Amino acid sequence: MHTQTNSVGIVTPQTAHFDTPIILKSGATLDSYDLVYETYGTLNADKSNAILVCHALSGHHHVAGYHSEQEKRPGWWDNMIGPGKPVDTERFFVIGLNNLGGCHGSTGPSSPDPKTGKPYGKAFPFVTVEDWVETQARLADRLGIESFAAVMGGSLGGMQALSWTILHPQRVRHALVIASAPGLTAQNIAFNDVARQAILTDPDFHGGDFYAYGVVPRRGLRLARMLGHITYLSDDVMGEKFGRILKNDVFQFGYGVEFEVESYLRYQGDKFADSFDANTYLLMTKALDYFDPTHHHRVGLSSAMSPAQADFLVISFTSDWRFAPGRSREIVKALLDNDRRVSYAEITAAHGHDAFLMPDPHYHALVRAYMNNAAKGLGI
Amino acid sequence: MIARADFAAIARWVEPNAKVLDLGCGDGTLLKYLKEARNAHGYGIEIADANILACVEKNVNVIQMDLEAGLSGFEPQSFDFVILSQTLQAMRNIELVVKEILRVGRQGIVTIPNFGYWRRRIQIIGGRMPVSKDLPYQWYDTPNIHLCTFVDFEAFCRDQGVRILERHVMCDGDDVSLLPNLLGNLAVYRFEKA
Repeated sequence: MHTQTNSVGIVTPQTAHFDTPIILKSGATLDSYDLVYETYGTLNADKSNAILVCHALSGHHHVAGYHSEQEKRPGWWDNMIGPGKPVDTERFFVIGLNNLGGCHGSTGPSSPDPKTGKPYGKAFPFVTVEDWVETQARLADRLGIESFAAVMGGSLGGMQALSWTILHPQRVRHALVIASAPGLTAQNIAFNDVARQAILTDPDFHGGDFYAYGVVPRRGLRLARMLGHITYLSDDVMGEKFGRILKNDVFQFGYGVEFEVESYLRYQGDKFADSFDANTYLLMTKALDYFDPTHHHRVGLSSAMSPAQADFLVISFTSDWRFAPGRSREIVKALLDNDRRVSYAEITAAHGHDAFLMPDPHYHALVRAYMNNAAKGLGI
Repeated sequence: MIARADFAAIARWVEPNAKVLDLGCGDGTLLKYLKEARNAHGYGIEIADANILACVEKNVNVIQMDLEAGLSGFEPQSFDFVILSQTLQAMRNIELVVKEILRVGRQGIVTIPNFGYWRRRIQIIGGRMPVSKDLPYQWYDTPNIHLCTFVDFEAFCRDQGVRILERHVMCDGDDVSLLPNLLGNLAVYRFEKA
């Protein structure tokens, strides 16, 4: 069933183990760690056709294809990546990985700490976008990739792509920064903090060491995800999808599920609470909050981005209020100030922040056209 | 093959390796031509989705934004040339756009159709609004809300403190030197701040 001509088909994750200690931005050191990753397509002889796909808050390494014939849903960006798709795996070698601190196979708070044999829990250090870029660069070294044809991502993934161009300007030819921002706004940090407070104040959280108690802070995780979900959608699309539709025709005058939107949010919350690690959620939201290329330099974004050498495609979506088009325009402005090659598109879309994951024809045509020229320019 | 009569004239004025900004760049044909003919680099500004895609397909840098809001995001004097090819007459705030062209660019290059062209004058005398191959719209569906004659435009430039450096008048692609405001239907102007 998963052998459609435009799918990468069945894929098997791989694990890279790293023994060289990494000093993180927080000052903490991790002596060793694993990164789980998947690849699609074939790395060419001169290793010039590699694309790194960076994931967002709740993403992971499973970007495209299926893990088994039984798996119902493909990887999270399967509509974008595959043979003949906008990011064409017939031409490019695409890498998806689970970031450090994640909960899908890479070393994170739920992984055993080699010193104790028990999950790291609250002992796991904070990670930043820059730390991720460093670990991703080490994975690239391991795979023999000197320079990426492109680094791409949406939302938090776009921040990683942006950071790559600043930290490793010689190693990125193209950056696709989608539905992203050069730093979160106060409102955005505020949403993250409410989500974190939901987890941190859950009695089952146990200061982050809930693993030892055989419990999961489900209520907190569930609330965090429900809140997140509201902000990833637009008012219009929620109205269109759910409106004021009731599950039963009459008011129940109770606190059970009455409106369709409640049913949807609780379902999403439950699903997430069953599959995601609470500590990872906390870490990822903090990485989002900390991201700010201007922070350490006390300069404007244009100066902070002056090392970048890559060509850019920057894309935003009209109804995205969590990573609004204005934030993408800040990135574009910084690139213009540095005379970098950049194209910027504002896609008319109803789906809010989630639009970057949707198969909008114009959006996909743009990425396809951009990647075609990137391939031509690199002689792929 | 150049798609529009004014492109060759524009290319003659754009210095080699110049940095250009093309306002209302359409499908990116002019920028691609300027890159090939003059090794010019820069960006186009467009609002229409289909044109954004056409530019990306041509490997032309394009920024999707509404020109009517001005050129915020572009630093003063950051371009050698700011070009506005056959778009001025469709804009709401002409004074703002000309001011912005000369804020952002060292020089401006603007192409405008001539409403004083003799065939149009005859159509008016005949009692109808002019419709022609180069201005094919009816009065009720035209995007061209600010049509003028060459004489009008030049008077406007004087009033706005804009110094015209060069003018190239054409009629259906051929150069016109005699009675330009009567015999020309298109002109390209190069100008700077007076």
